[in-house]
Amino acid sequence: MSEQAHHTPHSPLPYLLTLIALLILTGITVGAAYVDFGSSTVNIIIAMLIATFKASLVALIFMHLRHDKALNSIIFVSSLIFLGILLGFCMIDLGSRERVYPTGLRKVDPPPAAAPAAAPPAPAKH
Amino acid sequence: MSHSTHDVAEHRFRQHHFATAEQQLDTSKIGMWLFLATEILMFGGLFVGFGLMQGVYPEAWVAGHHHLDRVLGAVNTVFLLCSSFTMVMAVHYASTDEKSKTVLNLGLTLGFAFAFLVVKYFEYSHKFHDGLLPGRFFNLAGIGGPPQQAMFFGFYFAMTGIHGFHVLIGIILITWIMIRANRGDFSSAYYTPVDLIGLYWHLVDLIWIYLFPLLYLVS
Repeated sequence: MSEQAHHTPHSPLPYLLTLIALLILTGITVGAAYVDFGSSTVNIIIAMLIATFKASLVALIFMHLRHDKALNSIIFVSSLIFLGILLGFCMIDLGSRERVYPTGLRKVDPPPAAAPAAAPPAPAKH
Repeated sequence: MSHSTHDVAEHRFRQHHFATAEQQLDTSKIGMWLFLATEILMFGGLFVGFGLMQGVYPEAWVAGHHHLDRVLGAVNTVFLLCSSFTMVMAVHYASTDEKSKTVLNLGLTLGFAFAFLVVKYFEYSHKFHDGLLPGRFFNLAGIGGPPQQAMFFGFYFAMTGIHGFHVLIGIILITWIMIRANRGDFSSAYYTPVDLIGLYWHLVDLIWIYLFPLLYLVS
């Protein structure tokens, strides 16, 4: 067979519904940013959950992953897994480095606003 | 392989090193998805850096994002979502042999892409005017507040700049397939270029879906 027979939905309606859903979710994201959910972390998590839902709609419907060969989905998801590994190890590094090799990364803030972000390492503290 | 029209299409588009046109299509798609995976990892590095530094300097991030215009960011989100829709419609009409509708939808996609860049231009020129330039050109005196805002705007310009560059490349690619579609290069038997550039364009949209709340809606 030579036809590009991978678009099962032959009506464009699902695409229109997806667009409407994406626009509504954008509205919800903007609205949620004005609501205080207790801590900024909760706000960020809510925004990221909505963004991930939107991204899934785009990937599954606009990018046809829903009806496509599984290998393409595997490639897509594995890039996200490796991104998760990068994020995870960077977080471990950031959370534990001060105890091993003090950088003073968090110590730049205090009043004298003249100090640039790349301050020399703070003296070792124990 | 059954119809003669398909055989003609196969002869015209299938390259000799592929057994079937279907295999050729699958190979093209795998290649495109591998490229998109590298794109995700490239932007991913910036996202990880942005997120970690937000954890270290939350005040600077909140102070910095007050200088971004939420309304313009939301308008640009709508432009990109609509452009993704018109792009997928172009792919759809290419698969149903409706040439004029394919060209029309590609044109609409271009329109939304240009609108996005115009809004971006106004946002950037406003930042430049306030001295919020990337890297060592950053001028804190204009806005006051935590000095680490320089880092926030470094991320802002790196992320939206690379994203904007992708929009620009997308405009060039969409123009190219629009010319080819108008010339009658594609049919339901072969429209792989429209399909693949559609995938690229959706990824550009997908990245903006994350950029918008992270940059504009910090709170």
